[in-house]
Amino acid sequence: MPKTLVEMTGITKTFPGVKALDNAQLTLYSGEVLGLLGENGAGKSTLMNVLGGVYKPDSGKIVIDGKEAVIGSVVDAQNLGVAFIHQEIALVPYLSVAENIFLGRERMSAGMVDKKKMYKEAKQWLDMVGLDVNPATMLCKLSIGKQQMVEIAKACSLNMKLLIMDEPTSSLSESEVKSLFEMMNKLKSNGIGLIYISHKLDEIFTITDRVCVMRDGGYVGTIVTKESSRDELVSMMVGRTLDSYYTRTFNTPGEVMMEVKNINSGIRLRDCSFKVRKGEILGFYGLVGAGRSELVKAAMGLYPKDSGTVYVKGKDVTKLPTMKIQESGVALVPENRKLEGLILKNSISFNMSISVLRKFMNHLRVNGKKEKEIVDNGIASLAVKTPSRDQRVGNLSGGNQQKVVLAKWLASDPEILILDEPTRGVDVGAKAEIYKIMNELAAKGMAIIMISSEMPEIVNMCDRILVMNDGKITGELDRSEFDQEKILHYVFAEDE
Amino acid sequence: MGKKIDLSKYDDHVILGPIVRYLNSNLGILAAFIILCVVLTIATDSFMTLNNWLTILRTVSTTGFLAIGVMLAIMLGGIDLIAGAMIACSGCLVVVCMERFGMNMILAIAIGLVLGIIVGFVNGAIIAYSGIHPFVVTLAMQSILRGAAYLIANGQPVPLYVNTVYPKIGTGLAFGVVPYPIIYMLIFFFLQYLLLNKTKMGRYIYAVGGNATAAQFSGIDIKKVKIMVWTISGFLASFAGIVLSARLASGQPGTSVGAETDAIAACVLGGTSMYGGVGCTGGVLIGVLVIGVITNGLTLLHVNSNWQYVAKGIIILLAVYIDMIRQNKMQARSE
Repeated sequence: MPKTLVEMTGITKTFPGVKALDNAQLTLYSGEVLGLLGENGAGKSTLMNVLGGVYKPDSGKIVIDGKEAVIGSVVDAQNLGVAFIHQEIALVPYLSVAENIFLGRERMSAGMVDKKKMYKEAKQWLDMVGLDVNPATMLCKLSIGKQQMVEIAKACSLNMKLLIMDEPTSSLSESEVKSLFEMMNKLKSNGIGLIYISHKLDEIFTITDRVCVMRDGGYVGTIVTKESSRDELVSMMVGRTLDSYYTRTFNTPGEVMMEVKNINSGIRLRDCSFKVRKGEILGFYGLVGAGRSELVKAAMGLYPKDSGTVYVKGKDVTKLPTMKIQESGVALVPENRKLEGLILKNSISFNMSISVLRKFMNHLRVNGKKEKEIVDNGIASLAVKTPSRDQRVGNLSGGNQQKVVLAKWLASDPEILILDEPTRGVDVGAKAEIYKIMNELAAKGMAIIMISSEMPEIVNMCDRILVMNDGKITGELDRSEFDQEKILHYVFAEDE
Repeated sequence: MGKKIDLSKYDDHVILGPIVRYLNSNLGILAAFIILCVVLTIATDSFMTLNNWLTILRTVSTTGFLAIGVMLAIMLGGIDLIAGAMIACSGCLVVVCMERFGMNMILAIAIGLVLGIIVGFVNGAIIAYSGIHPFVVTLAMQSILRGAAYLIANGQPVPLYVNTVYPKIGTGLAFGVVPYPIIYMLIFFFLQYLLLNKTKMGRYIYAVGGNATAAQFSGIDIKKVKIMVWTISGFLASFAGIVLSARLASGQPGTSVGAETDAIAACVLGGTSMYGGVGCTGGVLIGVLVIGVITNGLTLLHVNSNWQYVAKGIIILLAVYIDMIRQNKMQARSE
């Protein structure tokens, strides 16, 4: 029987209007990776924030290393050996690597911050996690993956007993994920307990020993990963069995709706061409930074291009401004919904109608009745879970936010829909719903382009896949040729 | 400007690193400063003289004191607008204490400085605990202080007769040549350098400004950092007021309207990011000098003082814009 490191029982936490945690519990052994699974809003992050000292629970008991722990602040948690790697990188961009590692625990000599000492000590921790960077380097000069390793080095320097990781891979490339997992296994063998929050079931099966599932702020159960299955986990999470995860009925694609020819843009895009047909879902696969988003943005006039032509329904739209291209029937649902897609402080209704306002203008006045109609229609057809159309978008879960973005662009009645990472940061239930919506739209004859970094969804949803690497389209596969290895071969095409 | 100079490869060097980073982040403003000086040296006879430089430095000392504090507020992603009103208020208070109440000079000065500390503390506390935006808090405080200055001074300037030592604080010369205010300014710049680079509080200011969440998760007391910063800024503004009232040997309730804008401009020119988290002492010092040289140069060129405001605005916009383009290019290259 392994040693019990943490035992949380009966944890309850209420925020104004919401019961975020309701009698939640969790047990972590030393030297294991425990997956923490649940839909968005299930209370995973809240529970971890209680353990990390960010929130104080209303009631409940936390036992660490056999002793009842009172965690009143982040510092208390750190002193108890709890280290936390948050979803967003929680480091300061304009401080050096070393200064970030020792932030809040500066090494002093004679009343002054001793940088030399910090650099020297930081180097040891960086070596330990196998990160070869100068501790004096400014953090913002490192890639996201390296920044994450700095966070791990920081956590190690805290003499941690347990490490909480909240969706650490959401912005990592596949090779970075691999080295992260290697690191996690190393920590595990040193007797450290790891709690791993992720939406990606593949990762859960790769790295975790046991999985604890939460739903609606409460505890559902803990199971040994090896003895479980994907379906079991999903049904535990959503509380019902999903009939099918990927919904796709394939039809024969119709005429070409959009064609892009020989787009070039510096070193970012090199001679890229593609076509998308009516009723087809075209997938773009590749590593982060391969140029997928840039390519569709360039086609829409949102990213500079040196040369190339774009046709929509046979018409040359290359020189037209983005607004005109949209009017001709193309809609781009951007990758970063918080940055490019939504105005979080405003209501659902405001967000859904903002791009189609001209449709219901009465001269200078917005026709409120018509707006309501379109918005309610969007909420109903995409099954956005919200008490009202006036709800602030920022208060919705990730999946529902994504649906609002979708509805916003669908309101413009596009014939060609471009989705950039439509399921990023979206929980399993909402993912399945988004796939269903995509399928319905394609069946109705919409041409859909989906950019995705998730192999399973791209393989299951698309008619055709284009693989990009380093600004070039390196391969094209038809549905009959789909094969994980083949796709990866194209992903790394240039490295050979 | 500095297009071919790519010093970033020395960035990680232990000794050269700080120097290179300083040059890198301030290249634009340094170049602008040097060009300004060269042009003015050629165009006028009197620019490149010791006397003129001492005048420039003495004139900018007020902006300097203010910029040191305002920069810290900007580095937290905030702002501090009390400066001009605080100068008037603390100056009047100190002079009135001596003139009307016959107080001892040291005590009067202490009262003036304590006023600055208290006002700064109150600003910081309101900002930290209420969450009201610093712009609003300090704008309101500016109005309160301006009103207080007029109330203290009874609506008109208060000349100082009883004390002849006090004016020396503003007019005295070190080594017979260097006006005291220049010395104070350099001392405060040095202290701020130490604060930002050698103390915990300095790290925390960068951290809170750069990523407040990260700072909080690292166990940093964000509220304490904010209170500290606005307190320092309040203190420096009241100090500026004392020096100015000493130089004028009177308390002027209507003085220094808009002094904070020069200080903010100096910070921005010196590469302090209005979004917080970025800034360096050396840059702001140059920024302060540029403001001083522009004003001085335009006067030497006999430009009408009303036009000076217009010219100053245009130069500031241009300098910051050029610097921004340059920084963007550097970033594009480092990617």
